[in-house]
Amino acid sequence: MSARLQIQDLRSALAGPFSFELAAGACLAVLGPSGSGKSLLLRMICDLDPNSGDAYVDGASRAQMSAPEWRAKVVYQPAEAAWWEPTAAAHFSPPQMARVRELLPQLKLSPSLLDTEISRLSTGERQRMALIRSLARAPRVLLLDEPTAALDEESIAATETLLQAELERGLSIILVTHSEQQATRLCQRTLRMRERQLSAA
Amino acid sequence: MTDIAHTIQPGAADLAIAASLVLFDAVISAMLGLRLHKQVLWAATRMVAQLLLVGLVLRWVFAIASPAATLAVAALMIIAAAREVAMRPAHGLRGWPGVWLSTASVGLSSVATVLLALFTVLHPTPWYDPRYAIPLIGIVLGNVLNASSLGLDTFYGGVVNARATIEARLVLGATRSEALAPLVRDSIRKGLIPIINQMSAAGIITLPGIMTGQILAGMDPMDAVRYQILLMFLLAGGSGIAATGAVYMAARAVTDERHRLRLERLKSH
Repeated sequence: MSARLQIQDLRSALAGPFSFELAAGACLAVLGPSGSGKSLLLRMICDLDPNSGDAYVDGASRAQMSAPEWRAKVVYQPAEAAWWEPTAAAHFSPPQMARVRELLPQLKLSPSLLDTEISRLSTGERQRMALIRSLARAPRVLLLDEPTAALDEESIAATETLLQAELERGLSIILVTHSEQQATRLCQRTLRMRERQLSAA
Repeated sequence: MTDIAHTIQPGAADLAIAASLVLFDAVISAMLGLRLHKQVLWAATRMVAQLLLVGLVLRWVFAIASPAATLAVAALMIIAAAREVAMRPAHGLRGWPGVWLSTASVGLSSVATVLLALFTVLHPTPWYDPRYAIPLIGIVLGNVLNASSLGLDTFYGGVVNARATIEARLVLGATRSEALAPLVRDSIRKGLIPIINQMSAAGIITLPGIMTGQILAGMDPMDAVRYQILLMFLLAGGSGIAATGAVYMAARAVTDERHRLRLERLKSH
């Protein structure tokens, strides 16, 4: 039985080497000071920055598939998600809409926000909408960079409940966070990033 | 037919009178504190020297009428235009890829349009007759240079500003062509606007340069107009090839085969 995500000797000129495994439905927290290389790690895993080594999802090697194919399975959500269409709705394909409508109330978002101009959404609304955008792609692994940084306590709780449910359904998550409490609430395992190297917490 | 005997050739004295207008500009600049007088005089001097030199070179190339000399002059002109395309936009590719990209876009588009004109429309004998080939490539180069540098300026600027947006599409599984498509379209459109403006303004707001020159040199206006229409079509084709080629090559150059944005390959001027 191969792991959901396997990271093998991933390194770039800036960070690494990193090697670890993540089981299906497991959550790995990455803690560490700003600038220590947490986002670099996520960018390397989704192959957005040049790097060497290999990564596997359900035993399938990243090197054997195209980058878009890999990134559809291993979705990276940056701390500040960018939008390229005027409304959130325009970022979804018609088949994704059923799932989107199911997710909106779980994150305490009104469906009317879908057709509101993105620039008129609050930072917190945009951040939750970005999580919906990532989940609607039905990834195998989700790489989350501080997904609750701009949220109030109620929205943080809603987000964590949703992530918990997704983990139980088999999604695997790597969670970059500044909150040790959040890491303990959601994740079985925590690694610490320091000077672009990972170590056990 | 052109009747050279009846045209008025400006002599040295006439040029000197016209030059006083440049001095007039310099005086305005000095009086109003525009701090442009040095630049105006220097630009005018450069223009005179460059044109006299070109006149001499062309006279020489026309006289020897050899394909090698024609090709050599055309190649020099292409290199000079390519250098402009690499330097003009606010950003450019580092190193050889930048040189290669600008030379390829400017060179291919101008050579293709000029050859098309020489072989299918104008039919000079011999085909490389420098009297046709060199002025043609000159005017086509001026336009393709504009089209590619505008296209590239929009594209590189857009890629730098919209990095987060482009990467947002890539991380959700978009290919590099999907992620760059809106910017590519915008950039090519920018490159084509000048020639579209030129065509729609021609004759009403402006009398195009070539046509004016030919009429001044004694050509029948209708003949001059036919020449100008032919040229406009050539320029439209050349601009299209240049802008499209340059922007698509740039889109390949700032990404890699793993569909990553590689902004470290850009430098700003």
